[in-house]
Amino acid sequence: MALKKRQKEDVEIPSSSLADIAFLLLVFFLVCTTIDVDKGLRLVLPPMDVEDIEINKENITNILINDAGQVLLDNEEVSVRDIERIVREELSENDKLIISLKTTRGTKYDVYIAVLDQLKRANATRISIADPEES
Amino acid sequence: MAIKITRKSDLKIGVPTASMPDIIFQLLIFFMVTTVLREYSGLQVSLPGAKKIEKLESKRNVSTIWIDRQNRIVCDDVTIKDIKELRTVAYNKLVEQPRLVMSLRVDKDADMGIVIDVHQELRRANTLKVNYSALQVL
Repeated sequence: MALKKRQKEDVEIPSSSLADIAFLLLVFFLVCTTIDVDKGLRLVLPPMDVEDIEINKENITNILINDAGQVLLDNEEVSVRDIERIVREELSENDKLIISLKTTRGTKYDVYIAVLDQLKRANATRISIADPEES
Repeated sequence: MAIKITRKSDLKIGVPTASMPDIIFQLLIFFMVTTVLREYSGLQVSLPGAKKIEKLESKRNVSTIWIDRQNRIVCDDVTIKDIKELRTVAYNKLVEQPRLVMSLRVDKDADMGIVIDVHQELRRANTLKVNYSALQVL
C-alpha cells in the first residue's frame, strides 16, 4: 500500500491585506478622536468637615461681589480690571496672603469668573471661596 | 558636431511601500491611545471668557457638569433633578477615578446661587478639584 505523501501546504497568514486592515482601523480611530482639551480656571475647593482655622486678619483680603457685579476689595469699591494690580501689590508685601472670595446668590457667574481670572493673573495661589451669608 | 546624448537610465521612481504597514500601525496606535470614546452632549451653554486659563492634563479623569441659564444641571450623562443627587453621582465617580477633576461648564448668565449649591454638594462628596471651563480671551 502506497502511502500518499501529503503535499506541504502553505501555512502562512496572508499579509498583503494587513495594510488595508490597519488603514481601516486607523480611519475609525481618527474619526473618533477629539483632540480639543478642556481649558479653564482650576480651583481646589475646601474640604467640608474641617475645623475652622483661625487666620490672622492681616493675612486675609476679602473680595465681595454683589448682585449688580460691583466688587468690594478690602471695603473699597474697585473695578474688576484693577483687581490684578491691587492684589499683586498686596502679595508682594505679604506672601502669606489668603484671598477670600465671597459672592451673593444673585451674582452673575460671568463676573465671578472675571474676578477669579484677575486673581489668577496676579499669581494668587491661596484663594478661598466663602459661603454667602444667608439672607 | 554630433552631440552625444546619453539617455538617462530608467531610475526607479516610486515610494517604497514595504514599510507602509509599520507607519500605519504607528499612527493607529497613537490614535487608539488618544481616543476617549465616551463623549457627552451636555447642555447648550455659552462659556465665559478668561485670560489666564490652563489646560486640563487628560480627558480620562475629567467629568463634566453643565449648568445652563435655566438652572438645569447635567453631570456627564445624568440629568440632576434634585441638587442632592449630585452628591452620590459625584461620589460614585470619585470612587471610580480617584484623581477626578470636575469640569464645570456653566453658562455665563447663570447665577452664582446654583454654582454655590453645586460647590457645596461637591464638597460633601469630597470631589474637591474643579475646573471652570472658559474660553481664551486675548
